[in-house]
Amino acid sequence: MIVAGETRSAYFLQEEEKRIETHTLSVLVDNEPGVLARVVGLFSGRGYNIESLTVSEVEHEKHLSRITIVTAATLQVLEQIKNQIARLVPVHRVIDLTHIGDAIERELALVKVAGKGDHRVEALRLAQAFEAKTVDATLESFVFELTGTPSDIDRFVKLMTSCGLVEVARTGLAALSRGKDGL
Amino acid sequence: MTRQMTGAEMVLQALHDQGVDTIFGYPGGAVLPIYDEIFQQDRIRHILVRHEQGAGHAAEGYARSTGKCGVALVTSGPGATNMVTALTDALMDSIPMVCITGQVPTHLIGTDGFQECDTVGITRPCTKHNWLVKNIEDLPRVLHEAFRIATSGRPGPVVVDIPKNIQFQTGTYYGPKSSTKSPGYRTSAYQPQLKGDEAAIRDAVALIAAAKKPVLYTGGGVINAGPAGSRLLRELVKLTGLPITSTLMGLGAYPASGPNWLGMLGMHGTYEANLAMHDCDVMVCIGARFDDRITGRTDAFSPTSKKIHIDIDPSSINKNIRVDIPIVGDVAYVLEDMLKVWKQTQPTQDKAALNAWWQQIAVWRAKKSLGYRRSKDVIMPQYAVERLYQMTKHRETYITTEVGQHQMWAAQHFGFEEPNRWMTSGGLGTMGYGLPAAIGVQAAHLDALVCCIAGDASVLMNMQEMSTAVQHELPVKIFILNNQYMGMVRQWQQLLHGNRLSHSYTEALPDFVKLADAYGCHGIRCEKPDALDDAIAEMIEVKKPVLFDCRVANLANCFPMIPSGKAHNEMLLDEDATDDAIGSAISAEGKMLV
Ligand SMILES: Cc1ncc(C[n+]2csc(CCOP(=O)(O)OP(=O)(O)O)c2C)c(N)n1
Repeated sequence: MIVAGETRSAYFLQEEEKRIETHTLSVLVDNEPGVLARVVGLFSGRGYNIESLTVSEVEHEKHLSRITIVTAATLQVLEQIKNQIARLVPVHRVIDLTHIGDAIERELALVKVAGKGDHRVEALRLAQAFEAKTVDATLESFVFELTGTPSDIDRFVKLMTSCGLVEVARTGLAALSRGKDGL
Repeated sequence: MTRQMTGAEMVLQALHDQGVDTIFGYPGGAVLPIYDEIFQQDRIRHILVRHEQGAGHAAEGYARSTGKCGVALVTSGPGATNMVTALTDALMDSIPMVCITGQVPTHLIGTDGFQECDTVGITRPCTKHNWLVKNIEDLPRVLHEAFRIATSGRPGPVVVDIPKNIQFQTGTYYGPKSSTKSPGYRTSAYQPQLKGDEAAIRDAVALIAAAKKPVLYTGGGVINAGPAGSRLLRELVKLTGLPITSTLMGLGAYPASGPNWLGMLGMHGTYEANLAMHDCDVMVCIGARFDDRITGRTDAFSPTSKKIHIDIDPSSINKNIRVDIPIVGDVAYVLEDMLKVWKQTQPTQDKAALNAWWQQIAVWRAKKSLGYRRSKDVIMPQYAVERLYQMTKHRETYITTEVGQHQMWAAQHFGFEEPNRWMTSGGLGTMGYGLPAAIGVQAAHLDALVCCIAGDASVLMNMQEMSTAVQHELPVKIFILNNQYMGMVRQWQQLLHGNRLSHSYTEALPDFVKLADAYGCHGIRCEKPDALDDAIAEMIEVKKPVLFDCRVANLANCFPMIPSGKAHNEMLLDEDATDDAIGSAISAEGKMLV
């Protein structure tokens, strides 16, 4: 039971929450015109960060899309972000996958490298080590396809910079919670 | 009910089916088919304004004074962009409003057509939701959904953008009940929660019962919960004996004459209200949102209290101030359940502690923080509001305001006894709100006294609407506290900027009495305190719209005031507002704040 005057206001208990954390939010929305603009506009309008954003229709009959957003904020602001997204009319659910813990997170990258001789051999060897697929090859270039966690991809791309990296395209994060339950 | 009709007919039919009797609007190319339908019917009264912003604020005034949804109709392009301020205003103050905008025909969208603008793009951040209707089959469903979204949960404005070719097309109309059978209907994700969590309500009751220094802090959410909200709030106050204060938006939910009333709180709130907030041990926030005008410095806000927060919008909770017991739900539902629990459990309160608390409050009250220096020679603005109140309180009176000092003096010195009688722009602070809002209120309450307490600067922002009032025989009384200055700006310049009055003096004010004449309404000027009562009586008697030029003391300041960046217990009162105190009232850091 709560007794009046027992502790100070909860406001003062929040000091440690100044720490910035990176969280992955999964948002189920009606796939209707403007829905992505609503979510993105909310982030820019209220000064929240978007580090990665992925969106695609996931259930055609029900017109549902899933938006996966990676954002960095204090825990208090993260709670606000969740509440603000949930308030949008076409939003069905929002969950904080990082808060639930141990979510599966994957990203796909296409990585183009160009070069000759040793660079070429080294690029191919590294690609094999990362289990990247070669999806295009010419006498002077490769395009590799790699799926993994964002940090796997970061490492791969970093290594490729010394093997003639030309450009990179990344999909942004797709994420799901583990276990039998869905959003 | 399903029937074949054109899109324009559907608009009128849907408005009728939603119980709309009055709309505010302005025609133009992209809404001509709808105007043609308006011409051919007489179920819905159309009030022609002079500027689309006026239509928006009039719809807000109509909504706030009736509890119903306000409706505005404007054309594409400039018609829609002129609505943006009113939409934002309604969003900030949670006012239900449906705004229908015309749009260029679908095949011209995206071509920079004449009077094309991205209405849904522009209004997305200033509406609760909006739609561009590209297919006639979607129109009836969207229209009904627009009313549902605007009026349910935390109310707000919505926009339905209808291209002109859709207004001409024929399709099947579905009524509000049968609209679930219309093509494309899907159950909406938006289903606001009305009932509060039972366990949280029990905890809240226990916390209130055990409190030694409790305070109720209420807001516009109580008014939005309908008549039941205010009734249940009054019952709660009676049952618990708690002192009660309210935000600007919540005035009237509890009567100003009630024994437990502390007056308004916040930046220009009373001493007793703000100190009770600062020193309390249990704060019960009901339908308010811990806005910065209320909290002052957040890290010094009510440092020793446990906080209960009742709000229908989950995103309001823990946004600015962390609370101990959040309860998401409609104020009326939650209060009803709280009262039930209180009556069941019959908790014993600490009478001795509560007595001591009331004694402390009496000491604060004795400061008479709303006091001001009276004068025989000039009309003090506070005196003008007081007299207006005394001379209108026995009538059905509705007050709207513009924005500035006069707004705060109205809130401080006019006693509001009932909900829905007070219309003011709180969240956005929109100069130009009050006059058109009064027109909207009068349109809903033809026989009532509707008075806009205005400033000389604000009133000019939508002055053109006097012409609307005259045309539609809406006898609004515009009571201008004319101090020749943008008073609130001048006050801040005095407090923060070494009294350098940069562009806050309105050099070439119009002669308001002649202006009244030009509009075909009635003009009154009053310059002396002893002539005021007669002049007010004349204003009330005249059956026309009135522009009342009340000449007040030019340099009066609005006190009490919590300077920006200060805490509740650091407020400035009229008596200690010496030049020195004023000069050092605001720290360098405070000057950064608005
Ligand atoms: C549309 C708009 N522009 C600017 C402001 C900033 N502002 C706030 S109060 C004020 C002065 C209002 O002067 P007046 O209407 O004469 O009222 P007074 O303060 O003198 O009572 C101004 C310019 C505002 N609130 N709204």
